[in-house]
This record gives sequence, structure tokens and C-alpha cells, in this order.
Amino acid sequence: MPLAHESHHNEWVEPFPGANYLRQTLAVAEADIRKLIHDPIELFTRMVQPVLWLLIFGQVFNRTRAIPTGGISYLDFMAPGILAQSVLFGAIFYGISLIWERDLGIVQKFLVSPAPRSTLVLGRAISSTVRSLCQMVFVYLLSYLLHIQLRIEILALVGVVLAVMLGSAIFSTFSLIVACLVKSRERFMGIGQVLTMPLFFASNAIYPLTLMPSWLRVVSKANPLSYQVDALRTLMIVGSSTSFGLGKDFLMQFIAFAVLVAVATKLYPTIVT
Amino acid sequence: METGPEPNVIEVLSLTRRYGSLVAVDHLTFSVASGGTFGLLGPNGAGKSTLIKMLTTLLPVTEGTAKIAGFDLVKHPELVRTKIGYVSQMLSADGDLTGYENLLISAKLYGMPRAERSRRIAQALEFMDLAHVGGKLVRQYSGGMIRRLEIAQSMLHRPSVLFMDEPSVGLDPSAKRSVWERIRELRREFGTTILMTTHDMEEADQLCDTVAVMHRGVLAAMDTPAALKVQVGAEASLDDVFIHFTGATISEGGELRDAARTRITSQRVG
Repeated sequence: MPLAHESHHNEWVEPFPGANYLRQTLAVAEADIRKLIHDPIELFTRMVQPVLWLLIFGQVFNRTRAIPTGGISYLDFMAPGILAQSVLFGAIFYGISLIWERDLGIVQKFLVSPAPRSTLVLGRAISSTVRSLCQMVFVYLLSYLLHIQLRIEILALVGVVLAVMLGSAIFSTFSLIVACLVKSRERFMGIGQVLTMPLFFASNAIYPLTLMPSWLRVVSKANPLSYQVDALRTLMIVGSSTSFGLGKDFLMQFIAFAVLVAVATKLYPTIVT
Repeated sequence: METGPEPNVIEVLSLTRRYGSLVAVDHLTFSVASGGTFGLLGPNGAGKSTLIKMLTTLLPVTEGTAKIAGFDLVKHPELVRTKIGYVSQMLSADGDLTGYENLLISAKLYGMPRAERSRRIAQALEFMDLAHVGGKLVRQYSGGMIRRLEIAQSMLHRPSVLFMDEPSVGLDPSAKRSVWERIRELRREFGTTILMTTHDMEEADQLCDTVAVMHRGVLAAMDTPAALKVQVGAEASLDDVFIHFTGATISEGGELRDAARTRITSQRVG
């Protein structure tokens, strides 16, 4: 069947400056989100871990009262930490999909397109945030059932959404960098396993900074997860207090994200060489 | 910058790629005429894939450059990308998305506005005889269907040059013929210049008006298929041409990785 004749130039006018950049970024995210819609099973398997931590670990430690939590129950204290953890664990293995898609030739197709390299990185970060928001809804439901003292206020909830998205964007981009460096699935799995637990334990997710030996406190203060947990704790739980201040929490996360995106943009094309 | 229509849409100038001390592509200089189909033959490890990866901007160039559709590969890779399409040797359509979705994402990556997008996607599905399966996940497609989808995908933005890495590897004879037919039709319809690598001498004979034999990083020969056969001897086939210029049989040589990749692709084609 003959094709309708058309002009061969591709100089489409942008409706507003940056429209194309946005369209390309969202296209990268859309590809991944559409896959998730076709096969959402991953969202359910990710719910297991928070249940174990809150239901078993949390319930047991709630009885000890040995951990200074600043006037709130231990379960209230750890719920934001477990949300942050589930976001971290979800995002940290995200880079493996890049290796997988490289092996299939999908990444190459994105790279020969004129989409700027940063849109390929940002698009992936966005799709990772969508997954993390599903986890947020689930952890909130679980927390509600466990009678955790949740702050149900619009502004606080918006803040939690932002913190969760940022956290997921940070660790998924970090994961992308690891993927570009190690380049093979086997090595990636090994390194992913090695990274997650230290990131989690060297943070204030399940115990406060005040309880840590001083060297660990230094490490935790360089860990973006600590700022995410602090923001989440402040915004999620009634009567909690912040360690760093919300301003610093978000600033540190933004800086971490910006640096990671810059590095990932530089490394992304090397995944195919 | 662009300087109007030139007779040669690809001008390769002393293009070189080294991996440590290994020279994969060694100061290559050649050109491809506008509207033609250029076939690159050669044993595994001859440097064909490295060459295509450089020309499609996937791999940094060590030395030299190329001009593609008027743009310098080294100075303006981002402009070269607007003018080229690429069908890789692997079946790279995303199996977890539908055929329609694969095309949609591509169209958006190329910055196509909505109206243009729907028109071209509908056309492409129709043209490739995939309209009835557009809503199905690609992993349910046959190998020939996936290949046709990929060619449609790579042509959505109407590139001046289409690069194809072994377009019919692993396809059965009838799927192969249908892919060839589409390639010919695209060339007629859009005047697209095609540069393809192949191991399939029948494919080269059927589609290419110029054939180059690559061996150890350089072009051992380059001419029309007919002229090359005459050079080698009366009643020579392209197989004979290949063996004559590379001193190897097709099944010999090549790295394990190449063999493994071809096998994986063949498996996916089913």
C-alpha cells in the first residue's frame, strides 16, 4: 500500500521552550510505566518486606523501650524508616533493567535517537518514583492498621510524596551509575547486595543518630537516606522531632540528586561500548 | 552545517577505532551514494559492527571522522542522530510493550507532535502489515513481525540513512523475503540510503547495489556485486567473492561473543 507523501523535514515547532525535552523525558518514563501496567506483579512482591519489618521487627522492638525515640513509640519511630527502606530497596536494583535492555538492544535504540542523554536518565528516575509512590500508599495502609500515629494533613502528605519521590530518584540514579560501571548482571547483583545493607544500617532508619558511635554518625550524615528518613519522620508522624531540619533534609537530597544525574548522564552512553 | 543535497550521503574519512593495541577499524575511507543500498560483508571480527556503532554515534571514534547527511559525526553527533535510523542485529523491539507502544515511544523520543505521531504510527503499522496486532505484546510476535516492527520504528522519523545490522539473521525464508520486500519499498518511497551488514550472500545480491568486503579493519574490495563477481572469475558467486577477499569461509572465525549473540537472536526469532 502506498504511503501518503509528506514533507521530509522533521523541524517541528515546539509549543513552548523545553517542550521537546519534557516530551522526551516523559517518553522514557512512559515506556517503563506501561510495562508496569502490563505486568504489575513486581509491585506486590515489594510489599512483603515492609510487612516483615513492621510486623515482626517493629512489634518486638516496640516492647524493649531501649531505643530513645524522642517521645514517640518505637513503631511510630521506625515506620518512616521502613518506608524509606522499601523505597531504597526498590530503587537500588533498578539499574539492572538498563543492563538487561542493553543486552536486548533497547538501550542502543534510545541512544541513537536525538533525545539528550539527560532525558534518558531523568526519565528512568521518574518511572522509579512512580513505583515508590505505590509503596508509599501501601506503607501508609499498613501503618494505619498498626495504629501508628500518622499525620493526615494535606501539606504534610505532599511533603511525604516529595521526599519519597526524591529518595527513589536518588537511589535509582545511583543504581544506574553502578550499572554503567559494572556492565554485567552478575556483577551488578553482587554489588547491589553489598550496597543495600550498609546504606540502610548507616542511616537513622531504625535507630537515632544519637545512639551511634561517632564514626558511624559521620557516615550517616553523608548518607542521603538519613535526610530522607528525617524528612519522612517529621512529615509522617505526629509528635516527632527533626534532627537536621526539613530545609536541610530537602536541600541535601536535591544536591545528591543533581550530582548523581550529572554523573549518570556522562556514564550512560558507555553502557553500550 | 548542512550544505544542500550532496551526491554522497555518507563520507567516511580515515575513520579509526582502537581497543588498546587492537585496531578494529583501520583508517577507513569510503563513501555511500545517496539513495543506494550499501552492503558490508566480512567475517566476524572484521570490524563491521564497530564501524556501524561508530557511524550510529554509539561508540566514540578514536581517529578520523565521517560526514552523514551533511553533519560531522565527531563534531555534531546530536545532529547526525536526527538523520539516521538504526535496526540492530538483536531483536530490539521491546517485548514487554505492544507494537503500537513501541512506535509511540519512538515517535515521542524524536519529538513528533501528537497529530503527526498518530498519522505516522497508523501508517507504519498498516505498511508493515501489523495493524491487526498493534495492540498485542511484541513478545507474542513472530521473528519476522518483530523485524518489520523494528524497521517501521527506525523509519518513523524518515531518516536519510538507515543502518541495519544483519536485518534477516535467523529468519525463515518467507519471513526473510517479506522483510526484503519492505526494505525495497521503503527505499522507493522515501529515497532512504541503506547501509547494512550481512552474512547472507543472497541478501547482499538481492538488495545491495554496492558491496564492500571488510577484512581486519579495512575494506578489501568494494564494487557492485556483478563487478566483484567478474573480478573473482567467471560464474563466481558472492560466496566466492567473500572467500576470495577474506581468505576465510563464512562459518569460520569470529569471537565466542558474536556467535553467542547470533544464537540468542536466532532463539528469540524462534
